Amino acid sequence: MSGQNEFFDEMHVPDGSIRNAYRDYHAWYSEKSAAFLKRKHRDAETAFRRTGITFNVYGESEAEERLIPFDMVPRIIDAGEWRRLSRGIEQRVRALNAFLHDLYHRQEIIRAGRVPQRLLRDNAAWLRNMVGFTPPGGIYTHIVGIDLVRTGPDEFYVLEDNARTPSGVSYMLENRETMMAMFPELFMHVPVEAVSNYPRRLAKSLAACAPPATRGKPVVAVLTPGMYNSAYFEHAFLADQMGAELVEGSDLRVINGRVAMRTTRGYQPIDVIYRRVDDEFLDPLSFNPDSVLGVPGIMDVYRAGGITIANAPGTGVADDKAIYSFMPEIVEFYTGEKPLLPNVETWRCADEDSCRYVLDNLAELVVKEVHGSGGYGMLIGPAASKSEIAEFRKKLEAHPENYIAQPTLSLSTCPIFTDKGLAPRHVDLRPFVLVSPDTIDITPGGLTRVAMKKGSLVVNSSQGGGTKDTWVLKD
Amino acid sequence: MLGRTANALFWMFRYLERIENTARMIDAGMRMALTRDLVASEEEWRSVIAAAGLRDSYDARHATCTGLQAWNFMLRDKDNPVSVLAMFGQVRDNARQSRNAVTGELWEAVNDSWIQIKKLLARPVSEQRVGEALSMIRQAGTLAHGAIVGTMLRNEGFYFARAGTYIERADNVARILDIKYFLLLPSLTYVGSSLDTGQWDTILRSVSGDRAYRWLNAGQIDAKRIVEFLVLDTRFPRSLAFSHGALREHLAALARIHGTECKANELMREADTRLSQIGIDDVFDRGLHEFLVEFMETNTAIGLAIAEEYRFHA
Repeated sequence: MSGQNEFFDEMHVPDGSIRNAYRDYHAWYSEKSAAFLKRKHRDAETAFRRTGITFNVYGESEAEERLIPFDMVPRIIDAGEWRRLSRGIEQRVRALNAFLHDLYHRQEIIRAGRVPQRLLRDNAAWLRNMVGFTPPGGIYTHIVGIDLVRTGPDEFYVLEDNARTPSGVSYMLENRETMMAMFPELFMHVPVEAVSNYPRRLAKSLAACAPPATRGKPVVAVLTPGMYNSAYFEHAFLADQMGAELVEGSDLRVINGRVAMRTTRGYQPIDVIYRRVDDEFLDPLSFNPDSVLGVPGIMDVYRAGGITIANAPGTGVADDKAIYSFMPEIVEFYTGEKPLLPNVETWRCADEDSCRYVLDNLAELVVKEVHGSGGYGMLIGPAASKSEIAEFRKKLEAHPENYIAQPTLSLSTCPIFTDKGLAPRHVDLRPFVLVSPDTIDITPGGLTRVAMKKGSLVVNSSQGGGTKDTWVLKD
Repeated sequence: MLGRTANALFWMFRYLERIENTARMIDAGMRMALTRDLVASEEEWRSVIAAAGLRDSYDARHATCTGLQAWNFMLRDKDNPVSVLAMFGQVRDNARQSRNAVTGELWEAVNDSWIQIKKLLARPVSEQRVGEALSMIRQAGTLAHGAIVGTMLRNEGFYFARAGTYIERADNVARILDIKYFLLLPSLTYVGSSLDTGQWDTILRSVSGDRAYRWLNAGQIDAKRIVEFLVLDTRFPRSLAFSHGALREHLAALARIHGTECKANELMREADTRLSQIGIDDVFDRGLHEFLVEFMETNTAIGLAIAEEYRFHA
């Protein structure tokens, strides 16, 4: 990689001055001694390990829990920037939801020729069981995470839509808790929008989508695959914060047309289930018959109005990378407006011409699996060796339809704290959005992921990325 | 509350209790071994292993029994499913399972201890380190108890956890007494003559009752009084009578919360009545072993009744 200055630094202007958003923070930081900062840096790690904020990494022999590195320098967004971003996010989420409803009903967008039929046909996330069915409140994506990257002062791009089960919100919340515990005086000087009411808003948003069978106050539960799942901490955390039960498949059973959980007083019906279990494992009667993570018969109860499943089964059809490339058309089709947030330019390798272009330019492009996630199975051309590229070329030639390619983006950087002081690292941003029948609620900020290694563009926690507290400044 | 969560809380505190008792037994064994020659010391460690109910799994692994072997087996051996390390892993797993039913303080107490104990037991525990290890293990229990009593809402979760503590304590103490007493039998034929006071001291130390007993009995080591103290004395928090008294209270609290009594309450009442009506002479007339076996069976039955009534399992 070449020099730093070709990337947009969110804190420093090339002339050495400090950007507006960071001015107060930087003034505070400059007054602190190196010893103080180093001590705080160590305290942060201890705090995370003690509270057990860990994640499990698949494929690690010991199935050990690891800490996601936390960097104590906040990522800061000013109020105006955030207003523009929110509008774009809201528009996108509205479109995603309308798109899903359409796909499972009249498929106007396909009839109109804006999205090809084959995208559905080839999509493993498409669920026939959902055709013609409208989820309670008409909501498919109750919880959405929109991944954004920044390349310049006013340039934000959507990198990915996470419409099925976006994770990471617990880090957003715990990062803020940790920052407030470590630097209380900082929050007295700098006015930052709160994020702590997310769990309450999530509970409210879920309750607002209660199914027709609900009697009285809706009973909400979080369904987890169990404590060995990589995001178990988050599942437990959210249930705890919402005051909801944290259930596993083995706790649930269909009784009298309702999904019920085994409590110390017997089986009690659940109204809304926030599931962190993939579609495939949700109901062994409808999907994977070997699944022990789900509830036999839950899909029948769902279709009969006995329970709300969030996010709705079949939602994944809207967030794979092949669909992503059509998002500008999708936004325009359902909102009648131009997209406020642009997509990253994307070549679909399923198209012959695009594929040829991608093959000719592998060394400059980022190539991703259409159905992949978590930074696995992707090629970052500029960072790859010749043999890695050659190997990837073979995979791509064998199954071009499995891949999309994007230019290597000049992701913005934000400083992290190192032993030698501040050093720029690439970041992205995942704001979290709650959708209920009457509101779209975006928590100010979101989760900033940061590549801890110098020059690295991969921010995924499974690949050694870390996180930062994200501040949206008050007006 | 979910039945599974109730189960996790119940077992979290059962394991914590068993861990504490394991540490106490090792402590008592060390004390005893220090005052013996090598041969007698080996015997002593064998009796510690036996009192912990580990004779078979230990013998399958080792032919000899030095202190170093014995405590490493009890603390961290992979072939011992109830090693302190394995059980603490269970405690933490149970705490994670019931993460949203325990307070942050309790979770942190358990998680903190787990991080330290895991590190401590990552490699064999030498003579130099064993004292530190045992005190840290006991401290883990104390921390967890302090956190639950000081911070947890008195809802059913609290009572399941507490019931776990006392049902396990009753079982462990009865078991230690039974096995140690059995090993002491030869010397009992000389009742009144030359008692092996060291052995009795070990029993008392295994349940942290040595000081309390001496205080109550002016230092007189007397087999009958010791048994009376450990079985019937309701002032001593590790006696069978005390443990069952506390267990009864906590089960009664659960019945109140649920608005109905169950088989566990009934069994409990019967057991408690029996215990309060007998004197120490009745125990010896029937045979201490028979008495203890029956006590442990009742204790197990109460545990099963709790699991069934509160739907611990699907």
